[in-house]
Amino acid sequence: MKVYEVFRRERKGQPFEHAGSIEAPDAAFADTWAREQYGRRGESDALWLVPRESIHEITEWADEFDLKYRRVDGYSIKARLKEARERASVAAPDAG
Amino acid sequence: MDQRTQEFLAYVQDGGQVEATDWLADEYRQRLLKFVEMHANSELMGVLPEREWILKAPTLQRKLALTAKVQDEVGHAQLIYRVAEDLGKPREQMFADLVSGRAKFHNVFHYPTYTWGDVGVIAWLVDAAAIISQKALLKCSYAPYARIMRKICWEESFHILHGRDVILALMTGTDAQRELVQEAVTRWWPPLMQFHGNPIPRDEDPMWIWRIKSQGNEEARQQFLDGYVPQIWELGLTVPDPKLRRRDDGVWEYSEPDWDELRSVVTGHGPRSQDRLAFRRRFLDQEQWVRDVVLAA
Repeated sequence: MKVYEVFRRERKGQPFEHAGSIEAPDAAFADTWAREQYGRRGESDALWLVPRESIHEITEWADEFDLKYRRVDGYSIKARLKEARERASVAAPDAG
Repeated sequence: MDQRTQEFLAYVQDGGQVEATDWLADEYRQRLLKFVEMHANSELMGVLPEREWILKAPTLQRKLALTAKVQDEVGHAQLIYRVAEDLGKPREQMFADLVSGRAKFHNVFHYPTYTWGDVGVIAWLVDAAAIISQKALLKCSYAPYARIMRKICWEESFHILHGRDVILALMTGTDAQRELVQEAVTRWWPPLMQFHGNPIPRDEDPMWIWRIKSQGNEEARQQFLDGYVPQIWELGLTVPDPKLRRRDDGVWEYSEPDWDELRSVVTGHGPRSQDRLAFRRRFLDQEQWVRDVVLAA
């Protein structure tokens, strides 16, 4: 028996979303069961069946080179902005 | 509790969700598996009282609707057993534990049905009570279970409609038909009040502590009473509990449910527990050849 992950799309143009999984001895059985379990009320426009072992998952994110300038958390705007405003108020006290 | 478990607990308590491939704390996995397995068993056993009425349904339309509902519930069992399998228990083992009486299923599926009124009340009120529990699983910390519940709750909404329609047809019929509904409400009230379990405080309930459920037992029962007692009364039906009333602060008061009965029923001593397990056992044996063929494919 093999586990197939089921992804379903509700309507054309929408992304496929993981819905659940089914267990089947081969792709033909998986096809039949997926239709019954995820499509018989017309709730899906399309299904993807993916054998679980075919999924290559990535969950570890190495950052050896400190590439945080490519992420939103890589910029400490708040502290710098505060400092810049303080300096501006010292330089031009009448502006406030 | 070791540090990794403590961090895991803090993570789920903070609203975090985990996937099948993540590390799970031992206690979490055990409690979750037991809960999911009982849920799957309940879906599978829950069709038996209704199945008896497919042949006796009053019209072709009702027969088809009831058949579809039974198919839905068996489908839910399939989806939920799959979640349980991923937590580490083979399906064959779950079936073996179910039919031998080692595993439990919900109290309401241990009772007999006498009339078409029972079928209406099951689809209307028993399903309503069940949906309240199931909606509390949409936010379950175990994400694969939560995702499956989205589909299940969506299908359950058809069942409530079906139940309400059956009840309204009877309540707009003859006096004898109205009487069928009243008798069924009277019969089902005690098991319905036991359904959500003893009023253990939320913070002492392991299902809440691990964020498997997103509400406590008493909250679920209050939600049921608040949603459905007014609907029952509005149809001119009565509830067999003289103490039942809604206080000014919105809390429902009721007579203490019979917790001994609940304990006895879910441990296999209900009026139909053994008959229904025997039925499952017989079909499990009878259909062994199908599984053999499929597995040999």
